[in-house]
Amino acid sequence: MSNLFDLLVAGLATGAIYALVAVGFTLLWQTSQTINFAQGEFVMLPAFLMLAAMHVGAPFWLAIILGILLSMILLGLAFKMLLVDPMMRHGVLPLAIATMALAIGIKEAVKQFFSAEASPFPSIVPTGDISVFGHAVSLQSIGVLVVAILAVVGLTALLNRTSLGHQMQAAAQNPTVARIIGVPVERMILLTFLINAFLVALASLLITPIYLAKFSSGEVLGQAAFIAAIVGGFNQVRGAIAGGLLIGVLDNLAASYVSTQYRSAVPMLVLIIVILFRPQGLLGRAEERTV
Amino acid sequence: MTGFAKPLKIALGLAVIAALIVVPMNFNRYGLFILSQWAVMTIAAMGLNLTLGYAGQVSLAQGAFVGIGAYAAAIMTTHGWPLPAAIVVAIVLSFAVGWVLGYPALRVQHHYLAFVTLAFSTLAFLVFRNESWLTGGIYGISNIPRPHIFGIATNKPLPFYYVCLGSLAIVSLAVWWLIRSPWGRAFIALRENPQRAQSLGVDTRRYTLMAFAIGSALGGIAGALYAPLTQYIDPVPFNLSLSLDLLMMVIVGGAGFYLGPFLGAMIAVLLPEWLRFTEGYYLMLYAIAVMLLLIWSPTGILGILDRYMAARRTKAASALRAVAKSRLETAQ
Repeated sequence: MSNLFDLLVAGLATGAIYALVAVGFTLLWQTSQTINFAQGEFVMLPAFLMLAAMHVGAPFWLAIILGILLSMILLGLAFKMLLVDPMMRHGVLPLAIATMALAIGIKEAVKQFFSAEASPFPSIVPTGDISVFGHAVSLQSIGVLVVAILAVVGLTALLNRTSLGHQMQAAAQNPTVARIIGVPVERMILLTFLINAFLVALASLLITPIYLAKFSSGEVLGQAAFIAAIVGGFNQVRGAIAGGLLIGVLDNLAASYVSTQYRSAVPMLVLIIVILFRPQGLLGRAEERTV
Repeated sequence: MTGFAKPLKIALGLAVIAALIVVPMNFNRYGLFILSQWAVMTIAAMGLNLTLGYAGQVSLAQGAFVGIGAYAAAIMTTHGWPLPAAIVVAIVLSFAVGWVLGYPALRVQHHYLAFVTLAFSTLAFLVFRNESWLTGGIYGISNIPRPHIFGIATNKPLPFYYVCLGSLAIVSLAVWWLIRSPWGRAFIALRENPQRAQSLGVDTRRYTLMAFAIGSALGGIAGALYAPLTQYIDPVPFNLSLSLDLLMMVIVGGAGFYLGPFLGAMIAVLLPEWLRFTEGYYLMLYAIAVMLLLIWSPTGILGILDRYMAARRTKAASALRAVAKSRLETAQ
């Protein structure tokens, strides 16, 4: 029983990270029909930007700020203007392929300019355990969970409570009508790209101390986030959150109750079942089919 | 133009084929390996081009079928079966699995389908890695023999290159025939407008499944050649990135163009080799090249050519019209 509790906490912490990454993925899909296959690499890169800043002598807090800013410029602004905008009118598939190429590019660039080895990364949360209901729970897990929840709550509040958020939602749901009623749709789309860049930088900051900074670490994470987003419903922010938590918990439970060898098969099976029986995702709404 | 273009095309085609036969004769071992790899990957990409380019079904599982074919060939030939028998088994096996994988395509489309096939690809990788009683697990299968064809041993790189090239030729002819048959036309109808195709009496269910099954079977053939080519296989080459690479080959070459996979595979297999002089930068340059190409022409390299030809044809047609018009005016 105690084992189950630990697994749940660890699973929720992993799941919170997946949720952060998956939310950005759904935001981009909603506003610009972009499937970003480089989303995992987007999480990997900010950690290296921060490491690079520290290498030239910046203190940790400054490196974090620089890393987040740089990631918003590179992964938000530049990504949108240089890759997504010129390709948007060509449809989903060529853009998806271009993001695959981008993923290769980012991975290789980090490997070439930084290091092929895994580098340690300082944690913003102190290491150690605290006792919860008589269980030792690592502070890192709790820290990750808290920061991720704060970010997600902040984002939901922004989307649902502010006029900016309402404009963003309008732009995502029906750009034509939004434009007619005076929503600056282009600016709202840019904003979602910046938010995505911010979220991946945050995810990077939270996850890298646990798994080390490695050029190839984006692959697994990106895939998990995709699955989370689809399982939860990838036209819904809350779907992505639920999907992230669910996949995180399932992944951890599968590792100890099914088999370590086939642990990654469990989320995959869930994915296949959900897509076949409820393609819009557990919390998603059905999209109209276009002829 | 038409009276002249066809013999020119045939001459060009024959020249390329002759070059592919003659030029590699004095290639070194590595050059022959790369060229054989190009032939094998072209076969796999042609399969995906059928599924994606002609029938319009996005699949991220082609690499898994190459894996299925490769393991079938590796397991059978190391147990003393001849390669042709292994190829038949690879075809049947990947055809059957591809048929089953086609069922989700009947329910979900586009990106959802991409993710179902992505999941399948990962599951296949896990099976290759974990079922060590059959696949050798992470240690893989080594000493995969190369076949004797008409009593000639193909152990050396050059004869085996000809095996790959010959297989490519056979597959190319089969695919050429297929896309010109009513089947191929049904696939295209399926891609262009499924609803209309159905209203015209195309059995969309059956053709969707067929597109997947035939495309996957070609992946299986490619795998069955890949195993004796490398003579050693483990799960790593058949992970998701092979499926992504194959998808990239098809799109970069030009999805839905017959010659697309040939060009796409050439770029994906040979370009990194040519860029090797740049040391560690070659994959980066490759990625940038792919992105620039797609921004410039989302329909791939052959898309550029196609647009150029179309523009010339329009120009020629309007020139003819102008001539006809002026004649009409002078006649009046």
